[in-house]
Amino acid sequence: MTDALVLLVGMPIFAAILPIAGGIMWNGLGRYVAIAATLVQVTLAGIVLNSVLTNGSFSYEVGGYMPPFGIELVGDGISAPLLVLIALVTLGVVVYSLHAGPHSDAFYSELLLLLAGLSGLVATGDVFNLYVFLEITGLATYALVASGRSPKAAYASLKYLIVGTIGASFYLLGVGYLFVATGTLNMADLAAKIPAVGYDSPLIVTAFAFIAVGLAVKVALFPLHTWQPDAYAESPHSVSAYIAALVSTAAAYGLFRIVYEVFTVEFLEAVPLARDAFLAFAGVSIIVGAVLAVVQTDLKRMLAYSSVSHFGLVVAGFAIANETALTGGLIHLVGHGIMKGGLFLAVGVFATTAGARRVEEFDGLANRLPLLSGLFAILAFSMVGVPPAIGFPGKWNIVVGAVEAGEWAIAAIVVGSTLLTLGYFGRIVERMYFADPQPSETEQATIVADGEGGLEPSSLMVAVVVVAVVGAVGLGIGVSELVGTYEPVLEVYF
Amino acid sequence: MIELLASHHTYVAAMLLVVIGVYGVIASPNFVKKIVALNVFQVGIFLFFISSGYIVDGVPPVAGHGSETLVSPLPHVLILTAIVVGVSLTAVGLALIVRIYAEYGTLDEDVVREVAE
Repeated sequence: MTDALVLLVGMPIFAAILPIAGGIMWNGLGRYVAIAATLVQVTLAGIVLNSVLTNGSFSYEVGGYMPPFGIELVGDGISAPLLVLIALVTLGVVVYSLHAGPHSDAFYSELLLLLAGLSGLVATGDVFNLYVFLEITGLATYALVASGRSPKAAYASLKYLIVGTIGASFYLLGVGYLFVATGTLNMADLAAKIPAVGYDSPLIVTAFAFIAVGLAVKVALFPLHTWQPDAYAESPHSVSAYIAALVSTAAAYGLFRIVYEVFTVEFLEAVPLARDAFLAFAGVSIIVGAVLAVVQTDLKRMLAYSSVSHFGLVVAGFAIANETALTGGLIHLVGHGIMKGGLFLAVGVFATTAGARRVEEFDGLANRLPLLSGLFAILAFSMVGVPPAIGFPGKWNIVVGAVEAGEWAIAAIVVGSTLLTLGYFGRIVERMYFADPQPSETEQATIVADGEGGLEPSSLMVAVVVVAVVGAVGLGIGVSELVGTYEPVLEVYF
Repeated sequence: MIELLASHHTYVAAMLLVVIGVYGVIASPNFVKKIVALNVFQVGIFLFFISSGYIVDGVPPVAGHGSETLVSPLPHVLILTAIVVGVSLTAVGLALIVRIYAEYGTLDEDVVREVAE
């Protein structure tokens, strides 16, 4: 049973070789390998989740070396749902890309490599191993962003590479400080040894600062988000949906694991400055991300800044540091992945069928694409936090947690950000349903200018968006199940 | 203080390399120089790890090398992995720069930014 956990990482790495190696002889092998591998991945993730639900947390010793000396992979109530999410989103994106492209074998190799990196990032119980998976994730993402045809994509990717590498290296430096202080790299072992060094020892506090800043770059919190809008906007639609749904999510999960599993809540209590800085960072990110989203005219950029704001929410849930808020942050982590992935996929269909990528091009689109506009509206209102979709329970728990902790400022910011979210999604939905359609001449002109559009809506692509909407609403209704799997893990931390 | 500097000068060197590297990445508009500076930055971190694994008169924990002061081999192994990661990043970075040069005909970030926007 526990072997499924290590196969989640090993299988996609092995499968990633096949499209490139086999592509020499059979061109177009990549899509079949990708479909087969993601189906296996979904099954394996299901086995891990099932095992966690029936028998509780378990771990796997890589190579048979006992932790804390060997590397440990951990399946628990929080990592298992995320592993399932990663596998399902990958399957969705692979199906979507069958029609939307890119079609090259290299694309599928990169996607599978990214899948391995993300799964490893979520499953690992070793801080150095986490660095390696962070960099595997990064490398695969840089290559995927650059697979866009526009020259800007290469520039966006290089910018991401430079900023992302500095972030990951800061993380590595923080790990070095922890290693010097304690002599171990295993997360559980670190948590046991850090109190002996002292929570307020300069070495530990500096390590925390380096690790938090390094991971915040990968999560794309303001002001460390500068790589993110370009990377999301310039990549192909399938890629922006995939990385928006999962890459920052996995990094935020890494941040959660480090803060709660390694440093523990006692550290946040012993060093109030760390907690306050964390909270301030998150609060500023929520507001500035939302304000920047309101002023964008390109829809993919707007969604990118919306991610800055919503990851601010998630991190605020972590920083408030009580069980309610943390549960809220973790729910929103999963929920945001589904909703934002679905929104990017929907925008991809709008762009390829109607040539619409800028806000004003959405005028009257509901007449032409009624089903897709409806799906987009549901996901948009879900992001705003309208029940019963998944956007609501996450935000609700964060606000309740903030009030419980007496953090009124953060509670106000979260509620206020909901209005801003309504501001930037509401104007799109309003244009789609209530504005007059554009004259056909300008529409033709934009299609020519953008070089996309004019295609018939692909039922395969729309079907994936339908699944995302069903997932967002279904998970919102069944959110108590998710909270039930989180509880046994969170109880240990508080 | 002087004594500390004398025994821990490699740490000072490591931090200097880190700071010089970050400065280079920010200050140089040339993409290739940015990648070089990124490497300097990472080497600083590698040096930090290696220094932490060095003990005067220490021996490797292998049978037949003596048993007075054993050195943990872990930092060296970690950095071996990190060097591999660094090399792959440099390769991807340079590949992207080749493509940027082919598209824009320049390596200057300011020019590329002007053309791109």
